[in-house]
Amino acid sequence: MSTVSWITARGLFGRRRFLMLLPLPAVLVLLAVLCRSLGVDPGQWAPPVLVGLGLAVVLPVVALIVGTGVLGAEIDDGTVVHILTKPLPRWQIVLPKLAVAAGVSAVTVAVPLYVAGVLADSVRLGLGLVVASALGALAYSALFLALSLVTRRPVLLGLVYVLIWEGLLGNFVSGTRVLSIQQWVIALADRIAPTDLLSTTVSVPVAVVLTALVSVGFTVLAIDRLRSFSIAGETS
Amino acid sequence: MTTLDTDARPVATTSTLDLAGVSRWYGNVVAVNDVTMRLGPGVTGLLGPNGAGKTTLLHMMAGFLAPSRGTLTLDGESTWRNPAVYRRLGLVSEREAVHSFLTAREFVLASAKLHRLPDPEAAARRAIELVEMTDAQDRRIGTYSKGMRQRTRVAAALVHDPQVLLLDEPFNGMDPRQRLHMMGLLHSLGDAGRTILFSSHILEEVEQVSGTVQVMVAGRLAASGDFRTIRRLMTNRPHVFAVRSTDDRALAVALMADPSVAGVELDKTGLTVRAGDYGAFTRALPKIALARQIRVRQLTPEDESLESVFSYLVEA
Repeated sequence: MSTVSWITARGLFGRRRFLMLLPLPAVLVLLAVLCRSLGVDPGQWAPPVLVGLGLAVVLPVVALIVGTGVLGAEIDDGTVVHILTKPLPRWQIVLPKLAVAAGVSAVTVAVPLYVAGVLADSVRLGLGLVVASALGALAYSALFLALSLVTRRPVLLGLVYVLIWEGLLGNFVSGTRVLSIQQWVIALADRIAPTDLLSTTVSVPVAVVLTALVSVGFTVLAIDRLRSFSIAGETS
Repeated sequence: MTTLDTDARPVATTSTLDLAGVSRWYGNVVAVNDVTMRLGPGVTGLLGPNGAGKTTLLHMMAGFLAPSRGTLTLDGESTWRNPAVYRRLGLVSEREAVHSFLTAREFVLASAKLHRLPDPEAAARRAIELVEMTDAQDRRIGTYSKGMRQRTRVAAALVHDPQVLLLDEPFNGMDPRQRLHMMGLLHSLGDAGRTILFSSHILEEVEQVSGTVQVMVAGRLAASGDFRTIRRLMTNRPHVFAVRSTDDRALAVALMADPSVAGVELDKTGLTVRAGDYGAFTRALPKIALARQIRVRQLTPEDESLESVFSYLVEA
């Protein structure tokens, strides 16, 4: 593990807001176990639990908390200067932080989604959700990490994207789904484990290409912004 | 000076920071205005009142702000968007927090590793010894006093033995003993050939640490050079006092006869006295008043703020 990853992980797990990650995945598993044990038809409970809660809320919210935390929290409290005053090319700072963010988000979300997927349908659906949500975690993390370098309110902007763009507009204006990470994740999961429980209008090639583009594009943006990172002076 | 274990190793090569016509503005606010200076080996104090632009200047030197105009180089290389300069440069900024969840040893060792030093453990140990934090190095930084955190940050900034060290208000939060130790450390680093620049708004701090000062006032470089010369200018400047008494007119006449007084103004509120020598005037006033049986009701030194002292320097 690189020193940047080590400090990032220590910082992430050492902050109280990490505890905020735990309730949502727990609720997801709890609901799935409850529905299964009560014998509810998976066609009834799986779409709202897997998609409505898992992919539309748990994945983006966990990725938002972690993605804006790995660099944004250090910018807020000033500790980022400690890492920036080192002779490291900036990609050697951004990539380890992205890896930690995407890794932590993926593990936090994939485990409950796997359990819920298995309970709803099959191991294959569980694995499909694991792979797709891991890719989604990478795209979300790249987006939110870059946001923490382009704005002082990354959490607010991230919430606007997740709640307004993906949540609200995605339901009413179908065209916006093409630019929705949530829809790409659904398309990818459905491709790996075809099922009636998941449905989207976005095609798999579009989902693959856009996931890659967003992940790479926002990472490059973050590296460039970190190169020009400025500290405001006392008179500003 | 106490027996300090602050002997810094001499550097093989020295570094020079060059600023040529450097300005920095935020919208309509000019934070740094056309500053030209050259900083070589030794300790230099960057002196100025709060808001003078010292921090902005330090951040530009450290590559954390782009100059709006002018050029700023370390040994000919721009510091902006150039992480390679941190091989030779260390920064202890004023606001920078430390990772409170790490111990000092972990924090300094992480710095050494990020610098890709060949023996990070030994470098971290030496830097911690240099700031006298060995005994507390295994405690979490969150449990430290402000002075201890400051010393830990200095250790992290020194771990790669930089030729240039920039420190923003390094004595803030330190007790007198820690302050003395830090002053000894800076002296030692400067004597070993490093270029040390530290900012302060306290004259006495700068006086005790550095022979050379750069004085900033309202974003401009107001004075530059030997501290003793500048200090003499400050001490010999006219001092202004507001005086109210039972007979202002008679007191004005008597004061004008005293050699310590350079001028007196009389108005409805009382006297405004300009004295050439602070001590001589404050000793003479009671005697003069007593001799004429005048009761002094108020004696207030005016214009004693640091800003006014610096403004005087600009005019001098």
